[in-house]
Amino acid sequence: MMRNLKAMLGARRGTNGRLHWTDVFTYFYLAFGVFLMFFPVVWLVLSSFKTPAGLVEFPPTFLPLSQVEVQVEGQKKPLPLFRAELEDGSVKDLAQIRRIGIVSQMVDPNDPDAKYKVPIDKREPIREFRMAWENYFDPLERFNFLGYLSNSVIVTVAATLVTLLINSMAAYGLAIYEFKGRNAIMILVIGTLLIPITVILVPVYLVVTQLGMVNSLWAVILPGAATPTGVFLLRQYMLTIPKDLIEAARMDKASEWQIYSRVVLPLATPAIAVLAIFSIMWRWNEFLWPLIVLNRSEVYTLQVGLNAFQGELDVQWHYILAMTVVTLIPVVLVFSFLQRFITTGIANAGMK
Amino acid sequence: MQDASAGEDHGLKARLTEAAAWPVRLVFKILEWPFAAVQRVVGVPRMPWLFLAPNLLFFGIFVVIPLFINFAYSLTGGTQLFLQDRPFTGTEQYGFLLDCERITDPVTCREDRFWKGIYNTATFIFFQVTFMVLFSLITALILNREIRARGFFRAVFFFPVLLSPVVVALIWKWILLRDGILNAFLVSIGFDKILFFVSPEWSMFWAVFVSIWANMGFYTLILLAGLQAIPPDLYEAAEMDGTKAERVFWRITLPLLWPNLLVVVVLALIKGVQVFDEVFVLTGGGPGTATQFIVQYIYTTGFVDQVQNFGLAAAASVVLGVVLFFLTMAQLAATRRRDDA
Repeated sequence: MMRNLKAMLGARRGTNGRLHWTDVFTYFYLAFGVFLMFFPVVWLVLSSFKTPAGLVEFPPTFLPLSQVEVQVEGQKKPLPLFRAELEDGSVKDLAQIRRIGIVSQMVDPNDPDAKYKVPIDKREPIREFRMAWENYFDPLERFNFLGYLSNSVIVTVAATLVTLLINSMAAYGLAIYEFKGRNAIMILVIGTLLIPITVILVPVYLVVTQLGMVNSLWAVILPGAATPTGVFLLRQYMLTIPKDLIEAARMDKASEWQIYSRVVLPLATPAIAVLAIFSIMWRWNEFLWPLIVLNRSEVYTLQVGLNAFQGELDVQWHYILAMTVVTLIPVVLVFSFLQRFITTGIANAGMK
Repeated sequence: MQDASAGEDHGLKARLTEAAAWPVRLVFKILEWPFAAVQRVVGVPRMPWLFLAPNLLFFGIFVVIPLFINFAYSLTGGTQLFLQDRPFTGTEQYGFLLDCERITDPVTCREDRFWKGIYNTATFIFFQVTFMVLFSLITALILNREIRARGFFRAVFFFPVLLSPVVVALIWKWILLRDGILNAFLVSIGFDKILFFVSPEWSMFWAVFVSIWANMGFYTLILLAGLQAIPPDLYEAAEMDGTKAERVFWRITLPLLWPNLLVVVVLALIKGVQVFDEVFVLTGGGPGTATQFIVQYIYTTGFVDQVQNFGLAAAASVVLGVVLFFLTMAQLAATRRRDDA
């Protein structure tokens, strides 16, 4: 194995331990890859903790720094604090009352009557490190964020349960029995792979309307529940279960349902786990179809809700960034615990 | 469900599993007697149909029937949703869609948005698939080398695959904004700010870039599995013969990886034709219609426009469906060839 890897692309190390150019390239590529893949997410998380004032700063600061604000006697609002260089060369911490053109009107917080006029290039904002947790908590009250969150959870959990149940039943039917028409059904299952939702948006919308499900979560849960990939994956796995086991269960007078639920399903747990993970990912991330059938904000899922916010004229990035982080968390959790399942699932089934 | 898991796990994990399992068991228990009753009536040989029934019902209602309705829709006009209210217009919708003076120039077509969508999608696919396959291949080759912490690096390239398209788009939009960090970087090295989403070329570039960023890990994984399936003896033999490394790559690695590469290309094409989510959130199809793709055309025509033109949207879906049909056939053929090899 090692030898094979060494030979790859001429990656053999010289006997004197010198680095071949491909080794250097490898390290550069990997370092750059880590940066390119991680930095956007790190930047999102860091930015999500900035105040609105911190977010509009250009050039942006790396860490969530925000300008110190002070309450000055005689002023209604808290004022931003600057370190200003005065005409006599002395340096003072002053609060800015207003800015007129290139001059800013400032006041000494310790002496509210002492007003100054300072050119804006003679003052530096005073910053402090502060995590703006309110970005995370305000949307809970101001928007229906918790509603979106719970809609997404309901859709994901319900759809995954329905998918696992009907897909495993179908896979059982196709794997365990020999019957006339089995091949036709297999072709139908594979055939439905040919028809992604993007091709039948209008008629599925019609069907969903006929069933009275528009603007209900069922409209998102049900149409995608019978996944051909799921049936296929589970069936391939169930084919490896020894037929003797099933025959033995029949001898013991087990009903077909009992064989399915007590013999075959427990043995197929690994495949079911893979399908469960994929179904959760699919459903949590689904966008186009919910966008079409969910038109009222009470039934929005997270993805649709996030998109609605970012499309508004007055984009409130501090909330959007925080909500994006929240949307990201379940995926990161699932990934960090179940990475192995996911990657082997993809490598084996080639599904996504 | 009890036999397989009993006796192996201990403590909290076992108790949690138990707690999660009992409602499942309850459901299966409740379903036991109706299934037994049916079994007594129809007999064991017909039972597979009962197990298949729910799944087939869903396929029927949400896939097979819609497929036919879609076709029927594309032959009708008007703005009504329900088929019975819609006047039959024959192939008028297709005629309208395909009516072009010069097929190479979207502006000369009656429905120029559709053709713009097709040309945009074609441009997108050309760059996206080419560079996606190229970078996936390079990444897979590098991950297949003798490197430390391979699992970590594999995860690094893979994790964006699991992020939702909306999240991916928002992450990048935040970086690419006028006052975003990329412009800050450009200014710091002496360039001017670039308004990426005002320029059609830049918008297309970032649409391609972001979708490669988000999906590359998936294809890398397939290629990596393919690389690891190449028998090591071949490399050993080549090494003993003193074969040059480049020759090893062109003569052993690439030919043996070829079937996998083909699968990856076709899969990327299938996904590429249907591109919508990331780009829609990132650019909104703009500026103008510079990054509007076929799926967005269908979505806009059928569901966003003031006058919802379901017939036209359905006709465009049929066109998309035909393209996808041929691509999927190619995929099945490619997969079969790989698995036979």
